[in-house]
Amino acid sequence: MSLQTDSRNFSERTTDGLGDSFMRSAVGSAQDSLKTRRLSAATALGDWEQWRNVGQLIRQHTLENLDYYLEQLAGNIERQGGHIYFAATKEEASSYIRDVIMRKQATKIVKSKSMVTEEIELNRVLLEAGCELTETDLGEYILQMDDWDPPSHIVAPALHKDRRQIKRVFTEKLGYTGDETPEKLAGFARTVLRQKFLEAEVGITGCNFAIANLGAINLVTNEGNGDLTAAIPKTHIAVMGMERIVPTLEEMEVLDNLLCRSAVGQKLTSYITVMGPSSAGETDGPEEFHLVVVDNGRSDILGSEFNEALQCIRCGACLNVCPIYRHIGGHAYGSIYPGPIGAVITPLLGGYDDYKELPFASSLCGACTDVCPVRIPLHEQLIVHRQKIVEQKRTGTADRIQMKAASKLLSSPALFGKTLRFAHSASRMMSKQGRIVRGPALLQGWIRSRDLKQPVRQKDSFRAWLEQRKGGSEQ
Amino acid sequence: MRVSIFSTCLVDLMSPNVGIAMVEVLERLGCEIDYPASQVCCGQPAYNSGYLQDSKLAMQNMMLAFEASDYVVGPSGSCIAMFHEYPKIFKGEPDWELKAIALKEKSYELTQFIVKVLGVTDVGATLEGTATYHRSCHMTRLLGEKETPFQLLEHVQGLKLEPLKNSDNCCGFGGTFAVKMPEISEQMVDEKCGCVMETGADILISADMGCLLNIGGRLSRKGEPVRIMHIAEVLNQRQPVVSKGGSRT
Repeated sequence: MSLQTDSRNFSERTTDGLGDSFMRSAVGSAQDSLKTRRLSAATALGDWEQWRNVGQLIRQHTLENLDYYLEQLAGNIERQGGHIYFAATKEEASSYIRDVIMRKQATKIVKSKSMVTEEIELNRVLLEAGCELTETDLGEYILQMDDWDPPSHIVAPALHKDRRQIKRVFTEKLGYTGDETPEKLAGFARTVLRQKFLEAEVGITGCNFAIANLGAINLVTNEGNGDLTAAIPKTHIAVMGMERIVPTLEEMEVLDNLLCRSAVGQKLTSYITVMGPSSAGETDGPEEFHLVVVDNGRSDILGSEFNEALQCIRCGACLNVCPIYRHIGGHAYGSIYPGPIGAVITPLLGGYDDYKELPFASSLCGACTDVCPVRIPLHEQLIVHRQKIVEQKRTGTADRIQMKAASKLLSSPALFGKTLRFAHSASRMMSKQGRIVRGPALLQGWIRSRDLKQPVRQKDSFRAWLEQRKGGSEQ
Repeated sequence: MRVSIFSTCLVDLMSPNVGIAMVEVLERLGCEIDYPASQVCCGQPAYNSGYLQDSKLAMQNMMLAFEASDYVVGPSGSCIAMFHEYPKIFKGEPDWELKAIALKEKSYELTQFIVKVLGVTDVGATLEGTATYHRSCHMTRLLGEKETPFQLLEHVQGLKLEPLKNSDNCCGFGGTFAVKMPEISEQMVDEKCGCVMETGADILISADMGCLLNIGGRLSRKGEPVRIMHIAEVLNQRQPVVSKGGSRT
């Protein structure tokens, strides 16, 4: 999987999403239950808004001093005998990982969930190199077994599937014979995966946060597969986006609190682990540790008007409250990063040629901005994208002409006065029984599903009422 | 107290009753009304669509229109929230930044003004019926005003308020979003209509005409008999209540 999960255009993808009533009901109920859980976990912490402020400050501080903390991290990892590799591009990142695996002459690989490994197309590269690769996060494993169905959510990748569909996948691909109870399905996957962990030669994990002063990484998981992936194979390779770093454990504690509560409404997930290169004298754990730090366009975002998007800690809370995501689902975004944060970062990483519609797929309701634990002004960032897309004349001539004309009218008292005078009679040819029934493209978008009254006659308008009253009171 | 009315372009074009109701309510509360006639639109449609330079012309027109006003009050949380964005948009522009801050500081959404500036929560309105209230996203999240509509509605005699499920989900209006992505917007407004119908209310109230045109337009298309009222119209209702003794209160 690369950043792009579907090469069809936005409109085709959206039609698919809107037509998938099963997916929509799954996403709707997931959103509704996550909303309640998140709220109660946030309230339980107390002073949630203060925690958000601190989270924002930590992320801002770290981004402002990113060079310093990355250098500190690198020094501390190397001092402990680990390897750190800075990859400028996704190709560099995945080739490095492939080369480490080739040098080990390893073929059996286990992976835990990591969005950045999707971004660098690691699975494709490793499969082409002949590796036997197993995703061990239950959601990711289901998607892998379903012929690498793309993830539709950054925290719950198989959110769009229900137990019946999962049972079908397990039955067809793995000969599963049990029923569709979640415990049985999960138990079955656990048995298969346990063997994979024991056989694996290399384990690949993501990294929620690297801890600069320790030279270590922090993994936040619920299934325990991340820890097994990192602990059992002889070689552990962790992959992180360049910005996912904290100065010390103290900042990690704040961010983990915000992350767990925002993502899944838990105080803490089942496993919060800090790990890194083995210390001298340690008899278990991996013998070799690599940390791959992926830039892949992040340096260009740093310091730009989209800098705040790099504060993201990938909790997925903005997806869980987004009314657009609710109806079109994750796949419609055509990116491994869907939802509001996806609509902000996907065009930055993948360009406007493929993703110029995403910033417009928002009613700017601000639910995302309101929920973001590190206060990324998501809906404002979408407006900045829109400005750039307009500047680059990518919105189409019709849109341009209509918006320019409307803007002229809405900024000129004289023109607006004329509009008020003639709007009613001008709309007469487009109307039937006081309702507008036809009109230009923009109006069509409205009246296809909503009734719209004709504008009022000037003599019945609010302004006319005010005038008459003034006249009356002067008499 | 002198109050300048910001009627909003939707009220000017579509909903005169809302403007009239607002004026009558404010006058009853002792305000002296003034209407700067050069006002047009807050600039939000163009701004939110990415047409920054074009939108700034509308904003500049508004800053000049209300320059002499003491208070600016409008019947829309969304348009007032747009005024509150002006200082960010004109930051660093010497001719405009101070004007933008001044306008922000004196602008209030109608219910906000009544409760927070006039200090009134009971405007003496009476309306028999069961209603539900749609909170607009821009009023609650951008303007940050969650309470004042409810504080006022609580005191409307005869009115029973039913809670609206998923009230924090957007109705799908979003200005030009509704016409640019109509397929998605339609699903959002359909879900909202479903929640409105579930309440059993016969009146839908909101403080934003955009949302009301959207939800109301969809309800009307579906043939649902729900009456749409802007909160200004509700607060202006003086429908008499006949008590047992037959005297009018």
